[in-house]
Amino acid sequence: MLEWRRRREPSKAMLYLSPLIAIALTMLTGTIVFTAMGYDGLTAVYDFFLLPLLEPQRWPDLGVKAAPLVMIALGLAIGFRANVWNIGAEGQYVMGAIAGTGVALATYDMTGWWILPAMALAGVLGGMAWAAIPALLRTKLQVSEILTSLMLTYVAIQALYYLVRGPWKDPDGFNFPQTRMFTPDQTLPAMTEGSLVHLGIPLALVIAVIAWLVMEKTTAGFAVKVVGLAPAAARHGGFSAERTTWLTLLTGGGLAGLAGLFEAAGPFGQLTPQFPVGYGFTAIIVAFLGRLHPLGIVFGGIVLAATYVGGEVAQTTVKLPQAATGMFQALLLFFLLATNVLITYRIGLKARPA
Amino acid sequence: MTSIITRRRFNFGAAAAAATTPLLGHSASAQAPVGIGFIYVGPVGDHGWTWTHDQGRKALEAHFGSKIKTSFLENVAEGPDAARAIRQLAQAGNQIIFTTSFGFMNPTIQVAKQFPKLKFEHATGYQRTENVATYNARFYEGRAVIGTIAGHMSKSGQAGYIASFPIPEVVMGINAFTLAARKVNPNFKTKVIWASTWYDPAKEADAAKALIDQGADMITQHTDSAAALQAAEQRGVFAFGQASDMSSFAPKAHLSAIVDDWSGYYIKRVQEVIDDKWKSGDVWGGIKDGFVKLAPYNAAVTPAARAAADAVKDGIVSGKLHPFTGELKDQKGVVRVKAGETAPDEVLAKMDWYIDGVQA
Amino acid sequence: MSDTILVSIIMTLVAASTPILLAALGELVVEKSGVLNLGVEGMMLTGAVAGFAVSLTTGSLALGLVAAVLAGIATAMVFAVLTLSLTANQVATGLALTIFGIGASSLIGAGFVGRTITRLGPIFPAALSEHPGLRAIFGHDIVVYLSLALVAGVSWFLRSTRPGLILRAVGENDASAHAIGYPVIAIRYGAIAFGGALAGLGGAYFSLALTPMWADRLTAGRGWIALALVVFAAWKPGRLLLGAYLFGAVMTFELQAKAAGISWLAPEVLAMAPYLATIAVLTMMSLGRKTGRLDAPACLGKPFSAS
Repeated sequence: MLEWRRRREPSKAMLYLSPLIAIALTMLTGTIVFTAMGYDGLTAVYDFFLLPLLEPQRWPDLGVKAAPLVMIALGLAIGFRANVWNIGAEGQYVMGAIAGTGVALATYDMTGWWILPAMALAGVLGGMAWAAIPALLRTKLQVSEILTSLMLTYVAIQALYYLVRGPWKDPDGFNFPQTRMFTPDQTLPAMTEGSLVHLGIPLALVIAVIAWLVMEKTTAGFAVKVVGLAPAAARHGGFSAERTTWLTLLTGGGLAGLAGLFEAAGPFGQLTPQFPVGYGFTAIIVAFLGRLHPLGIVFGGIVLAATYVGGEVAQTTVKLPQAATGMFQALLLFFLLATNVLITYRIGLKARPA
Repeated sequence: MTSIITRRRFNFGAAAAAATTPLLGHSASAQAPVGIGFIYVGPVGDHGWTWTHDQGRKALEAHFGSKIKTSFLENVAEGPDAARAIRQLAQAGNQIIFTTSFGFMNPTIQVAKQFPKLKFEHATGYQRTENVATYNARFYEGRAVIGTIAGHMSKSGQAGYIASFPIPEVVMGINAFTLAARKVNPNFKTKVIWASTWYDPAKEADAAKALIDQGADMITQHTDSAAALQAAEQRGVFAFGQASDMSSFAPKAHLSAIVDDWSGYYIKRVQEVIDDKWKSGDVWGGIKDGFVKLAPYNAAVTPAARAAADAVKDGIVSGKLHPFTGELKDQKGVVRVKAGETAPDEVLAKMDWYIDGVQA
Repeated sequence: MSDTILVSIIMTLVAASTPILLAALGELVVEKSGVLNLGVEGMMLTGAVAGFAVSLTTGSLALGLVAAVLAGIATAMVFAVLTLSLTANQVATGLALTIFGIGASSLIGAGFVGRTITRLGPIFPAALSEHPGLRAIFGHDIVVYLSLALVAGVSWFLRSTRPGLILRAVGENDASAHAIGYPVIAIRYGAIAFGGALAGLGGAYFSLALTPMWADRLTAGRGWIALALVVFAAWKPGRLLLGAYLFGAVMTFELQAKAAGISWLAPEVLAMAPYLATIAVLTMMSLGRKTGRLDAPACLGKPFSAS
């Protein structure tokens, strides 16, 4: 009989190896399942996973998709490290976009370099404000932030629907529920003329590096980890759990808000009811794919983005239905989550059959 | 497997050819199949809006056979994901791409700019460029026909209308339906419930039940599922299908349906691409053009209603009858269309007012 | 408002509440055992499609309901294996489960789009189920009565039985429960399976009773409302029943008011109401408590490993 044996300390090798094992398992299972379903399994899996990574013309698409995921996941991971479970990043993302769009609509007939930074600031503050509610409820009343942050997501989305259908509706938009298009001064600049790669993409990488430095090299980062791993020790060490809760929720909310604003001012160029596409939820998965490590999260974001892009490739080449691409994505997530166990456990032979 | 890899390689080659060496484009397409791409907002299995567009795609395959090669992306979110999906089809060697939802407008325009040699067709939008054409159907003509049936068949003189969002197309449908019904029964009323969604079967069904409770004995809808018809069937009132013939869901209640048929337009436009005669433009086709059809009448439709409905249909086809003929006043009493005049398309395309008899 | 309308409103209200009640009741038991499964929507969808597919193919609604329960359990087991045996994060796994459920149900259901079946009917004879005065009580289908019985059963189980006590102990303090010798993991497997069964049944209520058909994402987000409802009810089955019916009532009256030409609230305000109410309840609960603890299971969402 086989059994799991806890490792004396988490395996460094498995930390890096387990995602690769998961990807290999997904590719293997995918090939078998798709072939069994009557599709060309090998090509499907190739198109799904490798094509988006190997075709340079798809890279900008990967970046556009990965940037908001990475940005949100970075903030969430810091909280998760401190045992603060903000799962309402989707709401903070939407609120950031709403706040930034408010600035955009107020400055609609103005020009100036300052408009976009003002929108970005509003985005950060909007996300923070939305995350402050669970922070307040958790620190003052011990209400679980898992539940409040999730509930607030739906409130934020409904607020968005209300605004684009009501007061913020484009007066020249034939009554379609959507805001005006942003002006050039309100739009995130592309890195090169006509390119998809907007400023948010390199910025996401910069934030990842900063997050890594903060977590590894500063007292604040140390405090977060201690509060998460050993709350009692943290209290003795003078680290306040309350302050950590506030700090991590505001960081997560602020980054989600900024990501939301970037998405609104970048690829969307306006707010529409279709704005929330679940990045805030997907980012939770990205955070775990990256094993809560800032640089791992960049990798996780790219892998997840590749499954979206690759899913579309597989739909056109192998005629895989979209539902199958969704299944494949879930499969990858399951394997990635499952192989996490290899970091802290190893498989051994049971001494005596149970 | 090899064949698929070869085909993919070929497609990427064709994309490069189409994008960079326009001179080769036409002569190459004479032998190789013409790539045609579709972007759908819902699943092809929605049995509603997206399903009808996919029927159009299948009609293309049946008509052109090996001369063309179609592909599609379904469940594409309206926004940046759509831009990526359209680009994916553009890079995969398609020569014409149909984007079949209003929310694809900005992404279509944006991607079309990057692929000036490819043709794009956007359904229900209002922005056009050199290589982006728009097309839509005059669903309101079908609404006028079913409104006529409702006017004849309703005992309570009240219809329930489950609507999604007050965009011009939906408002137009509500008004056309009510106008036609009031020509038969001047006291006819249409009660509208805004579902604030295109798709939520349980809510659509509950909305239908509420409308029936409040006295409606005719149910019609501008949302995507067949749930409202099922509710009507259960409650023993009549209803009309939307987008496709939904009689299988409600054999007794289903009096007729407005059937979207995009196949004629798709075949015409693809033929133009093959002949190198495609030009951008705006087409708004109705019953006459075959864009809008009526599902066979239920046996329950009375001879009088049948005759009146056919008369309206024939009048629309011959051009003698326009569903929006003045004098039309909005509910504040403002004259929107003068007596004897018909509403021009620009007025229809911006419609945001209701005629008397609509409770919205 | 005439009597017939009132009865009709009650019928609609009960029908609209039932699937949410079922899914929420299952999740309540899961959460009481200390596990947070956010994949309710995914389990509802696999239940909905399995129920419809089996009913249509076999012609038996009963078999359809059984299939839905089994499909819900099977989907839930994916979650259980990952989170319990492989210690994966519950939040991330639950979200992945929803993605899985949406994809799997769409794939299975592709061949069933556009078909319909005879819906679940009332179980009592017509003399009762169509009696104008008694219809509101006797006019429902079996799942409605089953859901009410389940509320009573779960309430009794958690409050008055030994296994129920153990389940709650596991949710409150898994380490102590393990130290006493209770099989924490096995108990949580059981709870998750029960949650999957009820979510599957709730999903099938859409495809077999409310809207007898299959279409992609048929449940349209009710799984998330069920999750909110568990919190709203403060993890108490009785309050859950109240909350589910309150939700159904608000939605039904809203549609009735709109049909009558009254609209006093923006639809968005109404749509956010259940979530705002849940937060309000959470806040009031913590303001009102004296002992310094909430009714929320203390171990909710936290992984457990025996060694």
